[in-house]
Amino acid sequence: MSAFLEIEDLKVSFTTEDGVVQAVDGVSLLVAQGRTLAIVGESGSGKSVTSAAIMGLHNRRRTTVTGSIRLDGEEIVTASDARLRELRGKRMAMIFQDPLSSLHPFYSVGKQLVEAARVHQNLSRSDARALAVEMLNKVGIPHAERRADEYPHQLSGGMRQRVMIAMALMNDPELIIADEPTTALDVTVQAQIVDLLATLQDELGTAIVLITHDLGVVANTADDVAVMYAGRVVERGSVRDIFYRPQMPYTWGLLSSLPRMDNDRSTRMVPIPGQPPSLINLPPGCVFRPRCEYHQFVPDGRCDTERPALGDVAEGHAIRCHLAQADRARFAAERLSLPTKEGA
Amino acid sequence: MGSYVIRRVGAMILMLVAQSIAVFLLFAVLPSNPAALTCGKTCTPQVIKANEVRLGYDKPLYVQYGLFVKGIFVGREYGSGTAAFECPAPCLGYSFNRSENVTDLIKSRLPVTAVEAVGACILWLTGGTLVGILAALKRGRWPDRLSMGTALIGYSFPTFFIGLVIQYLVIFKLRIMAYPSYTPFADDPVAWAKAFILPCITLAVVYAAFYARLTRNQMLDTLGEDYIRTARAKGLSERSVIGRHALRAGLTPIMTAAGLDLAGLLGGVVITEQVFGLPGLGNLALNSVLAADLPVITAVVLVAGAFIILANLVVDLLYAVIDPRVRVG
Repeated sequence: MSAFLEIEDLKVSFTTEDGVVQAVDGVSLLVAQGRTLAIVGESGSGKSVTSAAIMGLHNRRRTTVTGSIRLDGEEIVTASDARLRELRGKRMAMIFQDPLSSLHPFYSVGKQLVEAARVHQNLSRSDARALAVEMLNKVGIPHAERRADEYPHQLSGGMRQRVMIAMALMNDPELIIADEPTTALDVTVQAQIVDLLATLQDELGTAIVLITHDLGVVANTADDVAVMYAGRVVERGSVRDIFYRPQMPYTWGLLSSLPRMDNDRSTRMVPIPGQPPSLINLPPGCVFRPRCEYHQFVPDGRCDTERPALGDVAEGHAIRCHLAQADRARFAAERLSLPTKEGA
Repeated sequence: MGSYVIRRVGAMILMLVAQSIAVFLLFAVLPSNPAALTCGKTCTPQVIKANEVRLGYDKPLYVQYGLFVKGIFVGREYGSGTAAFECPAPCLGYSFNRSENVTDLIKSRLPVTAVEAVGACILWLTGGTLVGILAALKRGRWPDRLSMGTALIGYSFPTFFIGLVIQYLVIFKLRIMAYPSYTPFADDPVAWAKAFILPCITLAVVYAAFYARLTRNQMLDTLGEDYIRTARAKGLSERSVIGRHALRAGLTPIMTAAGLDLAGLLGGVVITEQVFGLPGLGNLALNSVLAADLPVITAVVLVAGAFIILANLVVDLLYAVIDPRVRVG
């Protein structure tokens, strides 16, 4: 399986009044055609910055991007603005968090879809319009012909997000980046949107990068998961690895702060204490060390002095952690009361 | 859309009525006696009394207001017997200082002010928005700093100062043109046009500074909107992103400001007209205030207020055309 999107040692920094913010530091990820990679993390963990860098939507004057992002083998980091514009919307499309503010309030949704198609395809206005209606149908908008003439404020939140998805699909892209696509929606609508994305992916074979902090969404849709913290991937693996065999204390924290149906009531949701660190002048050592309750089990204070590298613990499963393998297994079992068998 | 227009127009009519009552009352309670001003030094109590009757100031206020409104719609008659004379509709009053119908006075002055205001508006809108857009696109770099710094200076000086500086530079220092004197269009169109050049530039400089800053801030706000990011994510060229997506949303508030500013100027450009000797509404208003010519002042204030109310309506309706969100509800 060849990867459609390959990110290698991506570093993104921008200059602010307070200093240089290293928003993304050494991220490497792969997404194959037809697969979904979920990037999970708190606000400020660098997940949205990573997605902006893939699309080339960061402010090029204030942002420094190094490393490599390859789309079907083509380097994006060093690509020209003109080339990026050709790729954006055509081979890679993006769905944003808040569909109301992401759609232009003054243009009908049909017009906005038509525009998306006509940037990249040589279509007449009426053909583009027909395609727009077809796409609106496809994303499950009833009376698509009529809805196309409505304005974003006339649609419900779920409908707007469907419009955004339809807009992303106008040019049949091979990669869709969905940046928190369900965060601004009602819970019931969230499930519909997640299902819609999954159905479309089955049908079209699109690669999806799903940025989210909602582990429920991840469990339902993702093939692979990357957990990000302070601009780094701290754990990366298949969705089963992350939910059944998590190896990194931060991932444990995320999982145990989730409500679970299979636990009795005596098991409480446990928030992770503390705050993510400032990304300006990070101290040496593990970035998660100040919030980690297990660092005393690592000898010689290595958590304070040495940044853990991303190391494989199993085929396709990697973590950044100094804890010994036996300790990790013990603590994980304690923390999460993990099911003993997969699929339980 | 239809019901929206009807509601807005209805609201406008109510505003006009309220405004006319307010203005009428305001001037009615002033201590100045307009009847006394009609005779000057020859005044005796008898003459004043007679004038009061002739002008209708002896009647109760609501009757006076009724007569005033009647005058606007069907015309009215002043005095009685042989001294009676007709003021045809729309009659805004009669100035005994000038022995002229106020309506005719305003009709002769308004075009001058209108040409001046519209000319200035075209200049400042083009100049101000272009500079503002440029500054927003070059945010933080020298074109931004230079233009915004200049705008701040222009914006800080009072109109009469800028007018006098322009007058001094253009007429006395560089001698580009002679001091213009207003000539009616029918007499000499070129001389007529020349009289407007400097007043228009003066007004435009004052307003353009404000509009450049306003446009810049509007554009920066708009460029930070999520839908601009969406437009970029579609792969649109920067030209389309700015031209089709950012400008339309960013310039809508500019239109509001321009509509109201233009209406404000139509009510009289007091200072600039004074500096450049243009016989416009502002000039009329100032001279009437100095002469305590109450009927004229009342009428000018009414007309100026009506322009503002009308401009509000026009701007609201335009907004509904541009922004679909306004149409509902």
